[in-house]
Amino acid sequence: MLLEVRDLHVEFRTRDGVARAVNGVTFGVDEGETLAVLGESGSGKSVTAQAVMGILDTPPGRITAGEILFRGQDLLKFREEDRRKVRGAQMAMIFQDALSSLNPVLSVGAQLGEMFTVHRGASRKDARAKAVELMDRVRIPGAAARVGDYPHQFSGGMRQRIMIAMALALEPALIIADEPTTALDVTVQAQVMDLLAELQRELHMGLVLITHDLGVVADVADRIAVMYAGTIVESALVHDIYKAPAHPYTKGLLESIPRLDQKGRELYAIKGLPPNLLHIPPGCAFNPRCPMARDVCRTDVPPLYEVTGAGPDRRSACHFWRECLDG
Amino acid sequence: MPEHPTPPEEPRPLPAMPPGPHLPGDGPASEDGAIAATGMGGAMDLATEQGDSLRKGPAGPGAPGGAGGPGGPGGPDGTGPQEKPRSLWSDAWRDLRRNPVFIISGLVILFLVVISLWPSLIASGNPLKCDLAKSQEGSQPGHPFGYNGQGCDVYTRTVYGARVSVTVGVCATLGVAVLGSVLGGLAGFFGGAWDAILSRITDIFFAIPVVLGGLVLLSVVTSSTVWPVIGFMVLLGWPQLSRIARGSVISTRQNDYVQAARALGASNSRMMLRHITPNAVAPVIVVATIALGTYISLEATLSFLGVGLRPPTVSWGIDISSASQYIRTAPHALLWPAGALAVTVLAFIMLGDAVRDALDPKLR
Repeated sequence: MLLEVRDLHVEFRTRDGVARAVNGVTFGVDEGETLAVLGESGSGKSVTAQAVMGILDTPPGRITAGEILFRGQDLLKFREEDRRKVRGAQMAMIFQDALSSLNPVLSVGAQLGEMFTVHRGASRKDARAKAVELMDRVRIPGAAARVGDYPHQFSGGMRQRIMIAMALALEPALIIADEPTTALDVTVQAQVMDLLAELQRELHMGLVLITHDLGVVADVADRIAVMYAGTIVESALVHDIYKAPAHPYTKGLLESIPRLDQKGRELYAIKGLPPNLLHIPPGCAFNPRCPMARDVCRTDVPPLYEVTGAGPDRRSACHFWRECLDG
Repeated sequence: MPEHPTPPEEPRPLPAMPPGPHLPGDGPASEDGAIAATGMGGAMDLATEQGDSLRKGPAGPGAPGGAGGPGGPGGPDGTGPQEKPRSLWSDAWRDLRRNPVFIISGLVILFLVVISLWPSLIASGNPLKCDLAKSQEGSQPGHPFGYNGQGCDVYTRTVYGARVSVTVGVCATLGVAVLGSVLGGLAGFFGGAWDAILSRITDIFFAIPVVLGGLVLLSVVTSSTVWPVIGFMVLLGWPQLSRIARGSVISTRQNDYVQAARALGASNSRMMLRHITPNAVAPVIVVATIALGTYISLEATLSFLGVGLRPPTVSWGIDISSASQYIRTAPHALLWPAGALAVTVLAFIMLGDAVRDALDPKLR
């Protein structure tokens, strides 16, 4: 395993109490594998990513338990200085909004080149040459002429490609992409995702793709982990999950995708709202919204059951996963 | 260039059409073709046309064949904009150069700086040479502003007084800006206990009335140089700048690009110096420029009250103070230094205003 997250807990201490944003998340990514982490806003996806990268704002955030193993070493036991050397060089992150993720007062060439001056001690001239090379690689037309341009002079798609170039600059082993296409329009989304997937194959990187877009996931991911209220509720290979979800929440998500053959009918939506992280309901966190909920769901927190008979290496955190699979 | 009217505004490059994923080597011709091929008419054609004229614009003056389109001097890199890319600072500088307020205040300040460096350029006399026989005499040839109560030449003294005012203003502002922004910036960046302590300390300093504090603190100083006055201004002035720097750093720190830099392995010092400082410094510059004017008037106030600078230092505040007794018999001795002071303060405040207009991104 390239990255293995075990039983990660993250809390935010706020004035109103402790918000448990991540409650025991466990997942792993292999080299060359794409794991999609799927979930609604506030389900703890981004916080998990920040915790893995080590860029959580502390305080108020705090990792209270768990391990983050990167190539077998627990990153949480690293000193901050060693951790910093891992970031960028061995694991990198792509952010949602490329315009706000690029420094408006520095040219993109300077920002790309920074990766080489910081981590590799390259000279300015070399760094600039590398920056042009990278921009070429992510298919910015006329890279040599545009290396001195500022972020606002690029279109949204190009900015996201520059962001990708920055993340890929040092050919890290792991990329975490936090909703990399959410801020882009659909045609550009496809281009950016294709580029990301292609570069991932080329460099044989592990990719953690955080998204709430089921359409993006189906094309790119190998495996899916579905998050709800700070826990993973289901994880499976991408085809298995689309064929037959083993958790009522996943089922609800899949049913809420608008479909062309359902024109004129009302769109399906999961009833209710995601739980307030300050007051997560007892038992299964999904029980107030779950059509299958029974008494046991309101008292017992479901463990991550191993799901058998519906694809390899599959897990679901539902007491009634068997029923869910069947219908 | 007859073919396309170039828009009067400096062209911001239109976001180029995102080329297909497999177009890296394609020249401008095929890209233009691709745009035209959309056949969307109206708005799209306009956009294409604009894109064309923008792209060719910068190559225009020297190049013979703008109409020839691609293949011109742009060469293979014709897809990118050719003008020099603009940053926030060059944008702000362009705005400033066009702003009459900035030009006027800038010229006044330039003049003040020049005469404070070389006062003898326009005043040949000695500001300390006084002749009591000429006390309170009015304007006369060679002495346009007349004489003050001690019989000194008001014109010479007013010119020489600029030096002290500018020195005090500039040094106090530099000290306040450096001390305040370093302390406030660090507090804002690291937060936590130090931030809380610093914020309370600034509150304490804010509670000290400036004039009263000056009367108390400066009355025990015996030195007749400008440094105690500057030190006092820095002491009471830094909390203002530190608050602004702290707020500015906190809001900048929340930006995604700081987070992104961190995620890509930037150290604290690099994040601060390269990513936060250039983005957070604008409000500090603005407030410091405006504060410069107020420090100059504060120096005059303190000198007027007798705790600032002391004779034989030549200062507008001292002159105003000593002339105030003769205001009914020799108003000119008061009005000229007071006028010079007012113009100077006004110039710095106007400059601060212009700089704020240019640097405030919300106004652009």
